[in-house]
Amino acid sequence: MNKLKILSKSIWVFHFASAACNNCDIEILDVLTPRFDVERFGVKLVGSIKHADAMLVSGMMNRKGAEFLKDLYDQAPKPLAVIAFGSCASSMGMFKVSYNRVIPVDEIIPVTAYIPGCPPRPEAIIDGIVKVVKKLRGEI
Amino acid sequence: MKTIFYFLVFPGFLFALIVGMVASYIERKVTARVQWRVGPPILQPWYDLLKLFTKESVVPENAHLLTFLATPVLFMVSATLVAMYAGMAFFFPDAAFQGDLIVIVYLLTIPPICLILAGAASANPLASLGASREIKLVLSYELVFWMTIAVIWVKTGGELSLVNIMNKPPVMYSYSGGIASVLALFVMQAKLGRVPFDIAEAETEIMAGAYIEYSGPLLGFFKMGQYILLATLPFFISSIFWGGVNVFKYVALLVIVILVENTNPRLKVKQCLKLFWFILFPLSLVALILAVVGL
Repeated sequence: MNKLKILSKSIWVFHFASAACNNCDIEILDVLTPRFDVERFGVKLVGSIKHADAMLVSGMMNRKGAEFLKDLYDQAPKPLAVIAFGSCASSMGMFKVSYNRVIPVDEIIPVTAYIPGCPPRPEAIIDGIVKVVKKLRGEI
Repeated sequence: MKTIFYFLVFPGFLFALIVGMVASYIERKVTARVQWRVGPPILQPWYDLLKLFTKESVVPENAHLLTFLATPVLFMVSATLVAMYAGMAFFFPDAAFQGDLIVIVYLLTIPPICLILAGAASANPLASLGASREIKLVLSYELVFWMTIAVIWVKTGGELSLVNIMNKPPVMYSYSGGIASVLALFVMQAKLGRVPFDIAEAETEIMAGAYIEYSGPLLGFFKMGQYILLATLPFFISSIFWGGVNVFKYVALLVIVILVENTNPRLKVKQCLKLFWFILFPLSLVALILAVVGL
């Protein structure tokens, strides 16, 4: 069986919050609640990057955060899916012209999927999970 | 040849792993239903395991290499040995030997020791914190565990063989045995590292503790060991206290573990020590005295 196919059935997610305004982080917890229960697909939040199969990056990448993000990505066991979560992480959002903006997430590390929204709705997050699963299985 | 079969296939590795995966599925499903969720599919533990074995393993630069690599395997092997001896007494009474109760109780202390070594070898502050908490956890429950085993020993008239203990009337139906079997439930919860005694891997405080630096196949070995322990401990407790094992007794014990896990908060390290040493240990002493008196 294909390695990535198995991976797509049990995605353990590590959450990297880089100075997010906390709305994205609250919405991530939303999809674990009874209404949207993503454990149905084997998705689980883990506390250590070493256990992770997917890294969820939320918030605006600043100069200090960028180094940590690169470090964490290098430490993680591959294959690893990276998901840019929310407007800030995907496209720098309203901070695009801010003086302390650095680089968008996809210029630091390769990004597998983007989830738009400020904050993304739980439906959008589930759609993002579907995108990641499809990409891992090679259907997109 | 027969020993290898016992170890690898029937009461040992393969059987215990499959039972453990089913038990783990039941655990996750019941937890989900308690929280009014749907829960994972039945093959989820299998997918998790398979996935871990397809990923790469990252070894930290400062870790002690041999200890770091050996402890997950030792963890799994000692858990498998427990499963083998406990299963042999039940399924193949002829192959069991006198004194396997003591062997099992000793073997049950090896997985926590492996975890402590793994945490200490990982070169990670949170992992060493997890190791130190595991030491405190072992210190708290081990005394009570030995006392409950002593109650069994007195109650059955000096039996140390699992087969003979299972053939006697269940220890549970007496005052001393009743108290001891309740205490054994506490110890089982702590040995499995489930809430309220999950201080050593507290995911929200110290990020899985000793497991934090493990990834890929190495984490997979730990996971397999956990599945096997989850399959074995209710089996063992049921066979020494409840007079043998059947599906109902096993599932009942499993559901007790799961419901306690879902309705309790995590204890602090201090509270855990206090509970075991100052509340449960005197109780176990009372149970032992009652057993000696003959109640």
